[in-house]
Amino acid sequence: MRRVRSGEGSGALIKEALPAASPAEPSSAEPSPAEPSSAEPSPTRALVALCADWAVIAAGRPPSARVAVVEANRVVCLSPAARSGGVQLGLRRREAQARCPDLEVLQRDPGAEARCWEPAVAAVEVLAPGVEVLGPGALALPARGPSRYFGGDLGLATTVAAAIEAAVASRVPGWGGCCRVGVADGLFAATTAAGHAVAGSPIVVPQGRSRDFLAPLPVSTLTGVAGYGITTLRLASGKPRKDTSPKRAPRKDTSPSGDLVELAELLVRLGTKTLGDFAALPAPAVLGRFGASGLRAHRLAHGLDGRPLQPRQPPPDWTVDVQLDPPAEQLHAAAFAGKALAEQLHAQLTGQGLVCTRLAIEVETEHGKQLRRSWRHEGALGAGAIAERVRWQLEGWAQGGGVTAGVTKLALVPEEVHPDDGRQLGLWGKDAATPSRVARALARVQGLLGPGGVMTGVLQGGRDHSDQVHLVPWGEPRQPLRPNEPPWPGRLPGLAPGLVHRPPLPAQVTDEAGQTVSVSSRGVASAPPAWLVLVPGGSSPGGPPLAIEAWAGPWPLEERWWDQNGRRRARFQVVTAGGGAYLVVREKRGWWVEATYD
Amino acid sequence: MANSLPALVERGLSTALVQARTFPLVPALAPLFPGGALRQGSTVSIGPGVAPGVTTLALSLLSGPCARGSWCAAVGFPDLGLAAAAQMGVDLERLVVVPSPGPKWAVVTAALLEGLDVVVLGPSSGARQASASHPGESGRPAGAHPGESAHPSDARRLEARARERGAVLVVVGRGWPGADVRLAVLAARWRGLQDGHGYLWGREVDVMVGGRGAASGERRATLWLSAEGSSAQVQLAVTSRGRPLEVGSAAGAVG
Repeated sequence: MRRVRSGEGSGALIKEALPAASPAEPSSAEPSPAEPSSAEPSPTRALVALCADWAVIAAGRPPSARVAVVEANRVVCLSPAARSGGVQLGLRRREAQARCPDLEVLQRDPGAEARCWEPAVAAVEVLAPGVEVLGPGALALPARGPSRYFGGDLGLATTVAAAIEAAVASRVPGWGGCCRVGVADGLFAATTAAGHAVAGSPIVVPQGRSRDFLAPLPVSTLTGVAGYGITTLRLASGKPRKDTSPKRAPRKDTSPSGDLVELAELLVRLGTKTLGDFAALPAPAVLGRFGASGLRAHRLAHGLDGRPLQPRQPPPDWTVDVQLDPPAEQLHAAAFAGKALAEQLHAQLTGQGLVCTRLAIEVETEHGKQLRRSWRHEGALGAGAIAERVRWQLEGWAQGGGVTAGVTKLALVPEEVHPDDGRQLGLWGKDAATPSRVARALARVQGLLGPGGVMTGVLQGGRDHSDQVHLVPWGEPRQPLRPNEPPWPGRLPGLAPGLVHRPPLPAQVTDEAGQTVSVSSRGVASAPPAWLVLVPGGSSPGGPPLAIEAWAGPWPLEERWWDQNGRRRARFQVVTAGGGAYLVVREKRGWWVEATYD
Repeated sequence: MANSLPALVERGLSTALVQARTFPLVPALAPLFPGGALRQGSTVSIGPGVAPGVTTLALSLLSGPCARGSWCAAVGFPDLGLAAAAQMGVDLERLVVVPSPGPKWAVVTAALLEGLDVVVLGPSSGARQASASHPGESGRPAGAHPGESAHPSDARRLEARARERGAVLVVVGRGWPGADVRLAVLAARWRGLQDGHGYLWGREVDVMVGGRGAASGERRATLWLSAEGSSAQVQLAVTSRGRPLEVGSAAGAVG
């Protein structure tokens, strides 16, 4: 059987070369419940697009960089340069580095891969609906309708590939021709076709010929498309599970995906080398010998799919906006339009049983200036609250000189939407609601300075005084970064300093003889400190020399010595003439005032 | 005329009521203030004194109202140590920080006085920042220097806003001619440090209080702060009150 590959212009030719589409069913089928029967509807015609080396693209590296992405110590993705450098998929990290010494090794970041894939999916969704994301760097699309519109499967395939490549190129340049496309009956055949395609020439398997296309391929095809992290299981059952590349699956894996690897190996040993040979086996025998997963593989070998496509629901767009014509010159006119918008948005959200906890307000002026600011609210934003925030924000922009011309467009974009499951306030004290007068005043200040302009502090664990308080913008949840409970050795007891300088102020500490005091690596001061001088620099105006009347230290503090963020410091408390007290630090051959006991 | 009389009486009554309402203070500070509490609508200035200690004094002022459920804000205090605030008994959930209001400090402070109970105006808000780049630049009128008073019209507007909303404005580290109560630190002595060992656990601050009206007449007091071991709370006490201060003895007492 030929492997059907069509180039740019040869798609029609191949269609002619193959006999007209016939019901692609095994000829020897006697009707039995396990046997794929002719009564079964033919699988959906699907287009699958795969992006080669997606993990490298998502990491933002150009193809010319030698990059390998590892997961669980095995190489799962390679850049073309690394591949030409002799690195292969599935190698251990050390082995890969040995083959290619200048190799950059990255840890796999599935989250970043998925995020980076999103614009490409959106670009394809513009062309055709019903896109299913198979995984980062892979998507599927029902091809029947769109291919008629784009002038055949080949036309659709080229259009989709161009759209994806354009979306990729806008983020990471240099990756032209990274997209491979296959069109076939059924998701498995389409994915296999895409896996065999090369850049610029999609493989189009004519209708009803999926089985013929698959027949000459080795049975190992059943284990998935190597290098794309798509296992057959994902295609067969559509269970969204974290794929483990079949190459790396351990021998004694009890998962269904491990079953398929074992099945493929066993079939080869049994002398069934191609999918065509496997498909020729009678289905009842396959079921009896290999069980349910074997039967599923048998159906795939027939070009029958385990499941239809599961199109993703495009995320709903809750944005409401209004064009103001003539432009609103007066603040209250714009605010009034904002009020109507707020009511519209609120009605839209409550109609779906949703509440908005973060909202962006966008404004466009006559001069083409675009302004945007996010607002957060601990509870739910009601219509009135949204309208108030729009007004405060407009006032803030007007006073701060942001809005200098008439407002032509006003938009409200909900950024965080949750199901409205109510909010239970504590009966006593603790999380009682913020009084509305306070909330109003703080929201007004946030309108003037931005949400980060108003902060509230949470105590947390830490050795430094600057680490012990975490500042969060007003309205965000008050969560400490580090727990307070475990002991923090090196934390200073006693009074906390009233002023904590961020960044520390440059200073100079000298002994009686005027020599700079240093601290040895064993944590011993070279001489008792006698003078403290605040050196001008940064935000500090400096000051006259201060005689040190009492001191304590040095207290060495070595943090994170295991990585490059490590710091070694020696701290002193000093009391100077006139009643000043300071926390001074010796670090990197310099002196700093970290805090003032004011 | 008969109509206006009840209105007048009512207005007078409401003014009297506003004046009668106060925020509680921690017991150690109570004797320093007229009536033993922080009167709503008043302005307190903690001036740049001879010795450091204004930040601690401001925080100790906040701790009383904050413990009773009042909301406080600190404007233009980028370096404020919130750990110290928590140690002094300020509830951080009800303390809001506006670290760098920039040239809009007056507008920001006015907005905060509208809704919050006690607003602390730090030394580096507005005036200081404007003059740090270049004196007389960035929108602030000339005459605004670090430690000096803000523009008189700004100051008067903020005082009026505090009076009208029943809030308290606390100005730290700069002169404020219209303040009702004026505090200054005369001397500070530290306990706990020896030559090379120990740690700072106690401090004595000599405070002078003056002001206008009920607060006129100078009073002096010595406040005693201590946090021994790892205790999270600072004890605040008055060691002696009303006795004349001997500044000469201050240096001798340094640990």
